[in-house]
Amino acid sequence: MVQIDAKNLDYQHLNSLIRTKIAKGENYFILKHVNGQRYIGAGIEKNIKIEIYGTPGQDLGTFMQGPEIIVHGNAQDGVGNTMDNGKIVIHGLAGDIAGYAMRGGKIHILADVGYRTGIHMKGFNKKNPVIIIGGCAGGFLGEYMAGGIIIVLGFNKEKPNVGMCLGTGMHGGVIYIRGKVDPSCLGEGAILKKTTKRDYKILENLLKEYCKDFSINLKKVFDSPFQKIVPASSRPYGELYIA
Amino acid sequence: MCGLTGFLHKKRKEISGDLIATSITNMRERGNGLGGGFAAYGIYPEYSDFYALHIMYEDNLSKAETETILKENLYIAYQEIIPQRQTPFISTPPILKRYFVKPKSALSPDDEIVKEVMNINLHVKGAFVFSSGKNMGVFKGVGFAEDLANFFRIDEYKGYIWIAHTRFPTNTPGWWGGAHPFALLDWAIVHNGEISSYGINKRYLEMFGYHCCLLTDTEVVAYLLDLLIRRHRLPIEIACKVLAPPFWDEIERMSEDEKKLYKSLRIVYGSALLNGPFAILFSFKDGLVGLNDRIKLRPLVCAETKDMAFMASEECAIRAICDKDAKIYVPRAGEPVIVRLEGGTD
Repeated sequence: MVQIDAKNLDYQHLNSLIRTKIAKGENYFILKHVNGQRYIGAGIEKNIKIEIYGTPGQDLGTFMQGPEIIVHGNAQDGVGNTMDNGKIVIHGLAGDIAGYAMRGGKIHILADVGYRTGIHMKGFNKKNPVIIIGGCAGGFLGEYMAGGIIIVLGFNKEKPNVGMCLGTGMHGGVIYIRGKVDPSCLGEGAILKKTTKRDYKILENLLKEYCKDFSINLKKVFDSPFQKIVPASSRPYGELYIA
Repeated sequence: MCGLTGFLHKKRKEISGDLIATSITNMRERGNGLGGGFAAYGIYPEYSDFYALHIMYEDNLSKAETETILKENLYIAYQEIIPQRQTPFISTPPILKRYFVKPKSALSPDDEIVKEVMNINLHVKGAFVFSSGKNMGVFKGVGFAEDLANFFRIDEYKGYIWIAHTRFPTNTPGWWGGAHPFALLDWAIVHNGEISSYGINKRYLEMFGYHCCLLTDTEVVAYLLDLLIRRHRLPIEIACKVLAPPFWDEIERMSEDEKKLYKSLRIVYGSALLNGPFAILFSFKDGLVGLNDRIKLRPLVCAETKDMAFMASEECAIRAICDKDAKIYVPRAGEPVIVRLEGGTD
């Protein structure tokens, strides 16, 4: 285990320090006093663990393939941007575009997220990325989503659990929302569908792990029904330049 | 991509510029060294009845020409070069002077000052008034924000409202006049984004005597605030809804009264709507406001403690200067965050 005090350390120094230590075989990092340093965990292809105390900066865990990152605090914009594998657990809120173009792995967020969470998220074969949000999501959740699973639990809500233009332009993947969804939030190309037994099985499986991460009672999560949002078509813009 | 930060002390405690410099420096990656600036309120208590004109001159000729105009129309109580510190990181600054003035005509002093500012910026080649409020001032230029803080000796000023900007110009030149904040009277504004409605806004403002001369889209916002809030007396909440109005389909779902209000605003003030992505902070003598575009294409984070309010592009800029236990919150698209001083006159 290596502990790094990140106070007044700029992002380049911090990240190169982590990479140097990984090259020497280190696999467990604790970063203290992080405040705004960007790209922590970026592109790392090993199954290391990073625990962060403070507020990491933009693009946390971008392009990473394997690491587990735990944030004891809030995260900023672009969490897990194009991440390929691994897991990010945030004991707080996350800013805009969390899981942008994410193609594998998991992001578990305890509180709210900003706008455009899961934008351009994709899945293929066994790659099926998952984002679980404990609080509420801003507008454009799952915009242009092509695969993967997004779950919104809506705990501690001071505002609606989802915002405007939900799933706009989505053509793959699925969004589950605990509680009611105002149909006027639905974006073009996204439709509400009935949740089946199979859906609840998927949810239970994913939420078990989530509840363990944050010590939440699994039963509490299932005290209200889930709504399912899916694409109306797998090719919403197929006719755009033809008709 | 630019960076914004600002804070306000609700009880008007005067805070050294060190704090805002620390905050903006924490977002260094949001700028590229082509612009930075600060605005502070409460910094000129000894001249609080006078308008503080901060003027940049490209040469002595423009200075002489401007000073002739100033002497003709204004009483000048005091004038000096804006204090500077030598730094290798700030090169070839313009001549930077400040004048504490009152208009000779007593009819409407605010309008007289606006007229003078527009006249100089439009007609005197190489002279630009970049700050014109009472007991407040803008300090801005080309460089990284932390270097400009050093250059302008920001640490020596004390104010109860501060805003700052670090610039990453994408569409317009990085020059001294184009740095943020943009200001008119006591309005000061910093902006991250692009105002695609600039042309419409600019022509609309020209009908009311405002002229855009600073080659940057953000300039329109400073003048729109003056027009909407000071001259048309719209409440700040409503002015924000003019800049970032609800969409028509949202209006359709509103109650009859709200529908009437928002339809009227969109019809009357359609040319004041700001299109394109933006996060802005604007300040005035009594408060600080944060506002996002209607689909939130730029970040904005807020925090509040018992006595202070903070707003910034990134949480780290707030965390760098604020207690650990401050509650961080994120406003929704088009939802203004308005914080006023206690016992303000607004």
